[in-house]
Amino acid sequence: MTAASPVPVHPRLGVRVAYRLQRVLRPNAGYRWLGARIESAGPARALFTGAERQTKTPMFGCRMCGQCALPVTGYVCPMGCPKELRNGPCGGVGADGSCEVYPERRCVWVDAYDRAASQGRAGDLRLLHRPVDHRRWGQSSWLNYWQGRDEELWTDNNGAHP
Amino acid sequence: MSLRERLASGGFAVTAEISPPRGASTAKITETARSLKDWVDAVNVTDNQGSNVRLASWAGSLAVLKTGLEPVMQMTCRDRNRIALQSDLLGASALGIRNILVMTGDHPKFGDHPGAKPVFDLDSVQLLWTLRTMRDQHVLLSGRRLDPAPDCFLGAVENPFAPPVEFRADRLGKKVAAGAQFVQTQFVFDVPAFARWMTQVRDLGLTEHCAVLAGVGAVRSVKALDYMQSHVPGVEVPDHIFQRLRKVPPAEQTAEGIKLAAEIAQQVAEIPGVAGVHLLVAGNEQAVPAILDRAGLKLTRGTDGR
Repeated sequence: MTAASPVPVHPRLGVRVAYRLQRVLRPNAGYRWLGARIESAGPARALFTGAERQTKTPMFGCRMCGQCALPVTGYVCPMGCPKELRNGPCGGVGADGSCEVYPERRCVWVDAYDRAASQGRAGDLRLLHRPVDHRRWGQSSWLNYWQGRDEELWTDNNGAHP
Repeated sequence: MSLRERLASGGFAVTAEISPPRGASTAKITETARSLKDWVDAVNVTDNQGSNVRLASWAGSLAVLKTGLEPVMQMTCRDRNRIALQSDLLGASALGIRNILVMTGDHPKFGDHPGAKPVFDLDSVQLLWTLRTMRDQHVLLSGRRLDPAPDCFLGAVENPFAPPVEFRADRLGKKVAAGAQFVQTQFVFDVPAFARWMTQVRDLGLTEHCAVLAGVGAVRSVKALDYMQSHVPGVEVPDHIFQRLRKVPPAEQTAEGIKLAAEIAQQVAEIPGVAGVHLLVAGNEQAVPAILDRAGLKLTRGTDGR
């Protein structure tokens, strides 16, 4: 099950604000407790997941893959890449930085590189991202993040299992 | 000497490319492979290139293997999910196909079935990572054990010229970390830009783990160059190349293209860390001997008489 076809989206949220929010929203005991409470009640979970969708779709073009890569991609969603590439740009990026599939739009990875580099975070783009778990589509990635289920999404260890 | 051995021994490798036909016969592949056998170390067999349906890459690779030439089986992430891709590696290895070239693949939009579902279940880094794990750890992506594990020599592609240019060497670094042992690049027309990328690649220490084969193409005409510029994703042709080809009459453009390819091959061969050239001549394979002869690369190709 996947959502509508991916289209590159330039985030509406400035990258500095995004990194500041990242510090505030980092998992801790409080968020874990909150997450567990929300998950334990069906309606609360649906409401929370809906709120995430309402926030992230206009802001990042979020498609609710449920395994958010934004913290290490300069807050540009890689699932907007028509090839859904999570490990960097394909070889077809136009000389002007345009997406090969949607030439009127900017490649999400060109965008991600610029935004991450502007904050000294270009090194994030070297992380190896594991394959997407397609069972997670539609889930709340915020809950997954707070509950520590996102910890294995990427690694800097070459020897790790994919 | 296999491609793997050639590169391990520090020799200069040459690879070329065959596009399988739109039809149920390997006769043309066999003929082309025979004609290239004495000139190249291995030949790529493309995987539905440009998102157009062609005879399967594994079948074309098998036909090449039967002629005594080594195939490089191309594997894209466009058409198959992680189950099919892993299964294909097992099949290829069992049939004796050792060289696997992993790439993302063109989007279906560019091919003859633009309404096809783009799969891209894995990306090229994830696929390399998966195949390396199958070979070295004897396990599937799922963790299930393999017996016996496949044997393979893993390749990747990279486009040194596409934005974000500052990230392109790092991008190769990710592929090397994931398992790439050799890399073939997109067409090199802009040699100074390629040399800058190579400097970054060397600075990252990647040439110690991964052999770089520079992509060199023979252009047949100004028209072909125009088509490449406007229709092949990720190819940027500098103006001076256009100007040079426009200066010669149409009848002599093919010869000029070969001359140009030979010059570029010579120039990239001089760049430290370049381990070989990949001749992007699909459909124009007869140009291979002329390019290598002109570039003087045949003579420097080791001592085994090939």
